[in-house]
Amino acid sequence: MKQNFNPKRNFAETKKAIGYVARKNATQKDYNRIGFMSGLEVHQQLKTKEKLFCHCPAGLFQKADQYDAELIRHMRPTLSELGEYDGTALMEFRTRKQIVYLIKNETACTYDVDDTPPFVVNREALDYAIEIALLSNLKIVGEVHISRKQYLDGSIPTGFQRTTIIGVEGDIQLRKKKVRLIQLSLEEDSCREVSDIGHVRVFRTDRLGMPLIETVTYPDFANPDEVKEGADYIRFLNRSSGKARTGIGSTRADVNVSCKGGTRVEIKGVAHTGWMPELTHNEAFRQWALLNIREILKKKVKNLKEWKLTSVEIRKDDFIVDSMTLPEGQSENYRIFAVNLPDFQGILSHFTQPGKMFADEFSDRLKVVACIEKPNMVHSEMMEDIAGKKTWKKVQRILDSKEGDAQIVFWGPDADIKTAIETIEERCKMAFSGVPNETRKSFEDGTTIFERVLPGADRMYPDTDSAPIPLEDSLITKLTAGLPPLVSDRINQLTKWQVPEDAYTYILKNNLIPLIEKIKNELSISPRFSSLLFAHTLKHIQGQYKPLPDFSFEKVFELLKYLDAKKIDQAIAKKMLFHQYQHPKMDFESILITIGFKEVPKEDIVRKIPFLVNKFKQTRISPNDAAGVRWVMGNLTKVALGNASLSDLSKMIKFQ
Amino acid sequence: MSDDIFQGYKGRALEMLMKFNSRVWAHVKVDTTRGVFEGTILPRAENTDDKHLVLKFFTGYNIGLDVETITDITELGYKKAVYKIPEKEFPYTKGKPNVKLLGTGGTIASRLDYRTGAVIPAFSPGELYGAVPELADICNLTTEKLFAVFSENMGPDQYKKLAVAIGHEIEKGIDGIIIGHGTDTMHYTSAALTFMVQNSPIPIVLVGSQRSSDRPSSDAALNLMHAATAAGHGDIAEVMVCMFGPTSDEYGFLHRGTRVRKMHSSYRSTFRTIGDTPLATVTREGVFPIKSEYHKRRKDRKVNIYPYFEEKVAMIYYYTNMQPDMIDSLVENGYKGIIIIGTGLGHVNKPLYPAIERAVKKGIAIYMTVQTLWGYVHMFVYDTGRDLMAKGIVPAENMLPEVAYIKLSWALGQTNDLEKVKEIMLTPVNDETTLREPYNGYLIYQGGVKEVEEFIRKVHK
Repeated sequence: MKQNFNPKRNFAETKKAIGYVARKNATQKDYNRIGFMSGLEVHQQLKTKEKLFCHCPAGLFQKADQYDAELIRHMRPTLSELGEYDGTALMEFRTRKQIVYLIKNETACTYDVDDTPPFVVNREALDYAIEIALLSNLKIVGEVHISRKQYLDGSIPTGFQRTTIIGVEGDIQLRKKKVRLIQLSLEEDSCREVSDIGHVRVFRTDRLGMPLIETVTYPDFANPDEVKEGADYIRFLNRSSGKARTGIGSTRADVNVSCKGGTRVEIKGVAHTGWMPELTHNEAFRQWALLNIREILKKKVKNLKEWKLTSVEIRKDDFIVDSMTLPEGQSENYRIFAVNLPDFQGILSHFTQPGKMFADEFSDRLKVVACIEKPNMVHSEMMEDIAGKKTWKKVQRILDSKEGDAQIVFWGPDADIKTAIETIEERCKMAFSGVPNETRKSFEDGTTIFERVLPGADRMYPDTDSAPIPLEDSLITKLTAGLPPLVSDRINQLTKWQVPEDAYTYILKNNLIPLIEKIKNELSISPRFSSLLFAHTLKHIQGQYKPLPDFSFEKVFELLKYLDAKKIDQAIAKKMLFHQYQHPKMDFESILITIGFKEVPKEDIVRKIPFLVNKFKQTRISPNDAAGVRWVMGNLTKVALGNASLSDLSKMIKFQ
Repeated sequence: MSDDIFQGYKGRALEMLMKFNSRVWAHVKVDTTRGVFEGTILPRAENTDDKHLVLKFFTGYNIGLDVETITDITELGYKKAVYKIPEKEFPYTKGKPNVKLLGTGGTIASRLDYRTGAVIPAFSPGELYGAVPELADICNLTTEKLFAVFSENMGPDQYKKLAVAIGHEIEKGIDGIIIGHGTDTMHYTSAALTFMVQNSPIPIVLVGSQRSSDRPSSDAALNLMHAATAAGHGDIAEVMVCMFGPTSDEYGFLHRGTRVRKMHSSYRSTFRTIGDTPLATVTREGVFPIKSEYHKRRKDRKVNIYPYFEEKVAMIYYYTNMQPDMIDSLVENGYKGIIIIGTGLGHVNKPLYPAIERAVKKGIAIYMTVQTLWGYVHMFVYDTGRDLMAKGIVPAENMLPEVAYIKLSWALGQTNDLEKVKEIMLTPVNDETTLREPYNGYLIYQGGVKEVEEFIRKVHK
């Protein structure tokens, strides 16, 4: 055994070997080099009264401990319409999970738990979905067919999601390019997970069955920033319809990433578009690293087809690691196994993501596939060797390891050992062919972990419980007539109004352009002013105070309308908004009193200017006239606010 | 599945396919007034309209195109899909009980049918083993398909054939029998088999599923495992129905074939024993009796098969304002027996009396059961009841209406002597009538009540 193998050095060297660059230093050239490719699946809940296939209310939520009954199901793979078993399905079957559903009477019925067949699809949701599909320039199908998409993770009690295509082949216009859309589907939302420990996964059923649309793009994004721009655009487009639900969890996206020679990997449930650049960047490089691992193994391993690991059970006495923590109270039932991976030295500590190495892929899969909670293993190339050299020597002797091999020691309950060994071997063999097809779970730091095997088209099956629904031309014509302008047109509109770019996201996210236009048309207030009132002032307030259910954007219009009627200058609205937001029931007059507004004729204020100018000249601390204007305005603002336009006043201040 | 290249298409849709020289399973590009669509043409369900063409999009979704919007179809390729459950030979393990699965159809195993767009049954030991490999850990399974009919098409011919087939299997030495059955009429068949197969030395277990096996959360696999356990290892040698206990995937019930009824149109836990407790619960670990008295498994091969059935027997559900001609028409049409499902303790209104008298005079056997399902017919309590008995209606104790219907058909299949029929009807074969109703034989709790809600929260539904 070579004594000089150093995992830390190997990690750094492999990171360098694949040409990893941090995102902040990365250029388009780097992305072209690794063949960065990405596409999106954006999910958006619709603002309907009821769920998609039953008459339960949509948008009512329960806390994890608020439930009326529990129900248990197990999932088994079935064949797809084309006669294939799906890979994910088989993996989920191996995990032998017990799925527990927490049901609350108010939010779930017997349909939700698959004890009643579906009712007719919610027409409100169907119409909303068609409108958004039309806005996405998609071709609307002639007849809607409900399909079942298998999900064996238990997130849906039936084991499949009822879903249907509304439109195919569309596009969206980003600033510099057009991105093609594959399809938009209308589907039922899944359960929210409460916990997933060992062989028990717990879900609540409130969100289950709520109408959701999914917009899928082609992999047209060529760098991480474009991914974010695309996700934002689709989000804004959905919101612009006025039919999208807002709030936590109402918009989620899955991001597909690959690199040249890699394969499509899906990063699931990214809640913030801001996380996307880092996530996609790291995933593309992770794949690039896996391809490098494949090349190394091809050289090292003589016969890839014959490659086999060996495993031996070891006694707890033989393997004492101080920081090896077995789950409390369980350790007696746990068995410990040592595994030898021939020719894998240098592979385990190969760089994959910032702060992560190839060995982490095993640990993730042991948790997900074999259901062994972490920490579930140690290995011979850890950054901090908690087992110690002596222990590894002993393990290597027991395993009869050769030079250039690597070792894993894992532990778990008796029933999971077989699956665990299979899982390790499977992942090793996947390394020979490069990047496994999988879905990955994202973290805020931009890294991901293995979640499931990526499902394919094999998991689709026609829903034999529901009849197809024709979409007539007359319906499409009617819905087309009521469509709002395109998001790209609205962005142009904001530019024309001279609204600063940092305000766009807030305005588009909350679909405020119709309201800004109303303020402009009815109150003759400049769109720039109201845009900033929303995107700067209100956003700032919302960051500081808890939202109250009585507040709505329409209240801002009412405020401005009041000021207009009272002929009070609109600038005071900014100050009033602070109070209005916190006390939505307070009347405007009281707010004015609270902030100390007094009606003073404009002439009285203007009359004070010469006096203040002189005062400044006497006590002048700065030779700068601009500073003088600021000082004078500072003294005037309190009384002037609401009584006169501040910009008019400041123009009247003259020092010469 | 037929090999018709236009499978399921008709009218305008068929014209369009022929006009553009295309066919089912062709990979095509379709130009329409709504844009260009690409995908594989799928068969169309027969009872849907002729206005749409079904395509499978490359993402696996199906979509329909309005044929009136189609301007051109270009064929790009062709690939026919074959739907097949992977078949594996069912392994034989020495020492495990031999169980025979008799197939009648139903949703216990099924596949998609493009013709109707619905699921159709598919069944062979190999397919079953492919789908539920755990069965091999329980028993050595062989199967025989007797017929492939949906539950609602099960009738006298099938009951008799089943009874005879069961007799043969017992003689040949099988350890247990499973009958795969659609759920809708399973309790009719279980009653019929109880009467037709008597003194069986082995368990005879009817099983089905409330969710077809093409669904991941189907109850089919677990029901099959439970049935195999009950048939191969259980000690109860009776005709039983084996279906979910709770709707959760936890345990099954074994119901006595004469006291069981389907009580919900779609729940998994739809079968309930009425007026008594179930015989036992069953898990993959074994059968756990609830009732202490039952027919025990025996080593001998003795069994009595009575495959009799009179088809001219009817069952009428009484409603207020029922007219006498309802009964007269049965008489005119040559019916030999009538089961009346009466209100309350077993009543019908006075205007029916003359019709009942006419029927009895013609020698028609009339028996009374109750709409309440739970409880006994008590015709002594009110005058109406006494009147009816005087007119010749025989109270059928606490026999379930469907069971009474099957039993009367079975009795009349053996004899026309009404006294003998009455003796057969009122002598229980296996608890179709019972001398007493235990206090826990009637439990329908109502939601919203505090203690009930507490129970539901604690115990898996």
